[in-house]
Amino acid sequence: MNNLLEIRNLRITTLRGKSKVLLLDKVDLDIPHKCSFGIVGESGCGKSITANAIMNMLPYPLSISDGDIRYDSRNGEVELLKLDKKAIRAIRGQEISMIFQEPMTSLDPIFTVEMQMYEALAFHHPAMTRQEMRDRALEMLHRVNIPRPEQTLASYPHQLSGGQLQRIMIAIALINDPRLLLADEPTTALDVTIQAQILRLMNDLKEQNDTSIVMITHDLGVIAETCEEVAVFYAGQIVEQANVMELFHHTAHPYTLGLLQAVTSLGGESRMLYTIPGIVPPGGQWSQGCRFADRCARCTERCREAMPALTEISPGHKCRCFLNSEEVEA
Amino acid sequence: MSEQKRDILLDVRHLQVYFPIKSGLFKKVVGHVHAVEDVSFTVARREVFALVGESGCGKSTTGSAILRLIEPTGGEVYFDGENLSALNEEQLRLKRRDMQFIFQNPYASLNPRMNVWQLLSEPLKVHFTLSPEELKNRVEEMLARIGMTPDQLWRYPHQFSGGQKQRISIARALITHPSFVVADEPVSALDVSIQAQILNLMMELQQEMELSLVFISHDLNVVRHISNRVGVMYLGSLMETGNTEEVYRHPAHPYTQALLSAVPSHDPANKSKHIVLEGDVPNPASPPTGCPFHTRCAYCTEECRQAKPQLREIAPDHYAACHHMIKGD
Repeated sequence: MNNLLEIRNLRITTLRGKSKVLLLDKVDLDIPHKCSFGIVGESGCGKSITANAIMNMLPYPLSISDGDIRYDSRNGEVELLKLDKKAIRAIRGQEISMIFQEPMTSLDPIFTVEMQMYEALAFHHPAMTRQEMRDRALEMLHRVNIPRPEQTLASYPHQLSGGQLQRIMIAIALINDPRLLLADEPTTALDVTIQAQILRLMNDLKEQNDTSIVMITHDLGVIAETCEEVAVFYAGQIVEQANVMELFHHTAHPYTLGLLQAVTSLGGESRMLYTIPGIVPPGGQWSQGCRFADRCARCTERCREAMPALTEISPGHKCRCFLNSEEVEA
Repeated sequence: MSEQKRDILLDVRHLQVYFPIKSGLFKKVVGHVHAVEDVSFTVARREVFALVGESGCGKSTTGSAILRLIEPTGGEVYFDGENLSALNEEQLRLKRRDMQFIFQNPYASLNPRMNVWQLLSEPLKVHFTLSPEELKNRVEEMLARIGMTPDQLWRYPHQFSGGQKQRISIARALITHPSFVVADEPVSALDVSIQAQILNLMMELQQEMELSLVFISHDLNVVRHISNRVGVMYLGSLMETGNTEEVYRHPAHPYTQALLSAVPSHDPANKSKHIVLEGDVPNPASPPTGCPFHTRCAYCTEECRQAKPQLREIAPDHYAACHHMIKGD
């Protein structure tokens, strides 16, 4: 395998009554080694469920109906979706870790930070002594710049601020030196000055550990600051994927362009903001043609009839739009 | 604009809000959270004044205290020359026709058991005596103004998307034709593409209805776009205030500089140079002595630890509260 993680043809469905509704439609993603990969999109476009699918922890009634996820682990290549419960638990937290959106609710309020950090260690290293665990926990807290690590270890989550809790979440996620870190909106609940601290920290840790980071966010600013490669999700599909410079400077898909214009027109010359009319169509209400057609200013008859394929329009730059390529989705 | 020329509608003087901390069996008051500490500013007619700051800095409390949704502990608010703090409940109720509030989360602020007709006609029934005909006209007029159709009148909030719900909240606030509105983070619960739609609608309505708006937000880009004047809050105090462009171009207070530099740039080739603040915001129950920002400030001196700096004019219509004004661009 050349990549750390390869997702092929991933489909996720949910149950609505007795019928199945598609939420993620044939997603292919390659995450290279030592890469910070951004997934950007609005709510309900399928970015978080992709991350949950990698960890094999989709909540009921969501289920994976098709596709496979291959991961290049330390012990050779594995198919994540075919692993049994015991095998996937050996991967979670050890090979692949996750940071969740809300640090305030993702730590257990009735255990001290110390207990929650030891849990992650003890699960994967049963032979570790208490002193070794303490040393490792202190080292991690030190690395994520927590002031007074000894005191913090003995604290309960409610005694700490949001920024500190997110640092602790990152420390727990990285405590076993994972090779892939999934960060699901890691800074959305935080203030801008704290966000700047956390993003800088994640960048430093990536450099030191050779970890790949998948950054899931709705904020194009966070993507521009931290990522090398970016995939734009819309209505359960990837609509555009490219290197970050290419994506921001040679934007191809009208949706990506719209998102960029909506944020960059803030503070611009015109008083009226650029808007994309309408809303993201929810799962189950997707048309057979291009899913962005109803909101697109450059929509043609063809866009409503056929679904454009995600094709390479220049080296490393893929886009799903008839404006760039005539190819139809099979 | 100089102070003399501005046609002042709202004048907030030394506003102060403390929340008691109660503890023990008899709920004895053991301390106070200093949520808003001596905040003064003015808003002119047809002006958008933005309050910006991080969570817990007291911006929402200030907004609520202006309209007396939260009773201020001290200070006065003059609305059109009248002291709101001195009004009794009935007088205040009558006054509320003219000043309204738009809440942050449309998912929570609309009653799920009322349909659009009930939601929009309720403020009219409370504040005016209208014939059924007039009532219907006013509601339909407002509905059209926010881009919705009469057949949506009988639907309930759960049948609408987040953006549509926020449109309904805005309509509910503006249907009495107020001259002053406090909007508390009206777009932060919405997606980027919907945010722009709602902001455009608010700016159009503000122009048309000649509203004065206090716009509370933590999003610095949104604030720069929508407001004429801005106030930057930190730990309950106003750190810097003035004309929005002036404050954004030449932030004078070290906190404003750090805050503005922390906003991610939207160009990967031109990453912003962050001034990264160390540490966290202090606990507002035991605020630091002197300047509230001194615990995280790079330019902190002995003077900052001792005395709290007052707002002073550093350029025309640009005020900052700092002992050492740092010139920046």
